[in-house]
Formats: sequence, C-alpha cells, structure tokens
Amino acid sequence: MYMLETFFPLGMEHYLLGGVLVGVGIAIPFIMTGLVVGVSSFFTAVWSYVHQGWFFQTDWYRRSRGWKWSLVAGLVSGGAVFTLFFGTTVVTAVPWWQLFVAGVLVGVGTRMSGGCTSGHGICGLASLEKVSLVATGTFLTTAIVVALVISKILVW
Amino acid sequence: MVKITMYIGGLVFGFGLALAGATQPEIVLSFLRLEDFGLLVVIATALLVTFVVYQGVPRLLKKPPYGEEFDGHDGFPVTRRTIVGAVIFGIGWGLAGICPATSLAALGTGNWPLLYAVVGMLLGTLIYGSIRSQQDPTHS
Repeated sequence: MYMLETFFPLGMEHYLLGGVLVGVGIAIPFIMTGLVVGVSSFFTAVWSYVHQGWFFQTDWYRRSRGWKWSLVAGLVSGGAVFTLFFGTTVVTAVPWWQLFVAGVLVGVGTRMSGGCTSGHGICGLASLEKVSLVATGTFLTTAIVVALVISKILVW
Repeated sequence: MVKITMYIGGLVFGFGLALAGATQPEIVLSFLRLEDFGLLVVIATALLVTFVVYQGVPRLLKKPPYGEEFDGHDGFPVTRRTIVGAVIFGIGWGLAGICPATSLAALGTGNWPLLYAVVGMLLGTLIYGSIRSQQDPTHS
C-alpha cells in the first residue's frame, strides 16, 4: 500500500477506468469503420475549409473533415456528461497566457511531427509505427524535463 | 453512420479523460513533475486496449461494418520533422499540461480557460500549415 500512496496519491481506480474508456472510445470507430482517430489533425481539418495551401488540402483531410467534427463533438459531450452526472466543474488556475502559448506550441509541434498524445502515443504505438515510438519518446521526455524545470521557476 | 460512430467513440473517449482528471492541466502536470503517475496508467491502459483491438479485430473480421478496410500499418518514415515537432509539442505539453484531446474534452467539463489552449492550437496549426504550404511538398 505504501507504494500505491507514493506513486498515486489520489488513488488509482479512476485512472485505470478512465484509461480503459479512452481505449474503448478509440476502439469503437476502428471496429465499426476501420478508421484510426488522432485528435490533433482536427485543427488541420478546420483550416481546410478556408486555406488553399496544399498542407490543408490533401485528399485525406478533405475526406475526413466531416467526421472529425463528430469526433470532437463527442469529446466535448463526453466531458459534459461526466461533469453533469458524476463530477463537479474544476476550473484550472494555470494562467491564460501560459495556456495560449502552450497551445500554439502544441499546434505547431503536432502538425510538424504528425500526431499528438492520442495519434502517436496511443493509435500510432498500437499500430506498431516506428515514427510514433520515436515521437512519443521524444515528446514525453521533453515534457517531463520542461515541467520539472518550470515547476522550480513558476509556482501556481 | 460513420459520423454517429465517431460521435459515440468521442463521447466515451472524452468521458474517460474527464473521469481520469486528464482534462485538468494540474493533474497532467503532476504526472510530468513525477508526483503522481496516474496519467501514465491512463495512457498505458488506453494503449493496451487499443493495441488488442487494432491487432486482433482485423484478424476476426474481413472488413469493418461501415468501412472499406481496416487502417493498417502506414510505415511513415522518421524524419528531422518528427523529432523537432515532437520537441516543440513536448515543450507545450510540459509548459501547461495540455494536449489536443484533453483540452477539447475539458471545454465540455466547464474548464473554460482551456479555450485559450484550443485557440492557440488552431493558431499554431495555421502557422505551421501556412509555412509548410509555401514549400514543395517533397521538401525535407
């Protein structure tokens, strides 16, 4: 028990169940449609309606942009259903400018490397993609180093 | 049918993230600061479920009920962009504990400041996509 409390001060069950549901949520579209769902490409799909550059106009984005809205509507609804029936709203104390700057970096980085935590970290690894293994190892290591360094400088 | 399936998948996905607390940057940061390893459990469990389904289901079914074929191994090459992009993404993730799926699900939970993160992601995507579109698609 000592180890559990050291590594999981908030308990472990909700993390396990949450992780299973994340996996099931990613598995359902695959079983039914054969499609692999990463989330960061949604942002590319949004711009594909207005930006004529080739990056936004590949066949894949034009074909998939319809259902990407459904996936994101589902993600938002899932968060809402949890809060309405099982939880309370927790509003982050991370300053807005930090969320915004981090958001820009996440936008640039995920498009440059081709995926995010779900696309590379879960779907890509589950498909045994070497590129996803390299990307996930790199962003996980970088994020841990950055978070540790920043926690010594900024406190909130 | 594809859209309904995507909506249901997204719903379960977003519910799971909210249940795990991954929609709260503070929880994500507590993992990245190695104070609470819960998020690692979330990722590992989700990966295990996804791995079993991705590898197993195509062996059981010839084709998906509402699709042509199961997406398989793409074999995209590792390039300089893979590494540089992952470092930039990692800096953003470590700076504020945010990633695309968790930020979008967070909006549903009422964690409204994550809208700043989502707007930032849209802007970052536009910046990178615009620059990239100026180059030849085969440019490395």
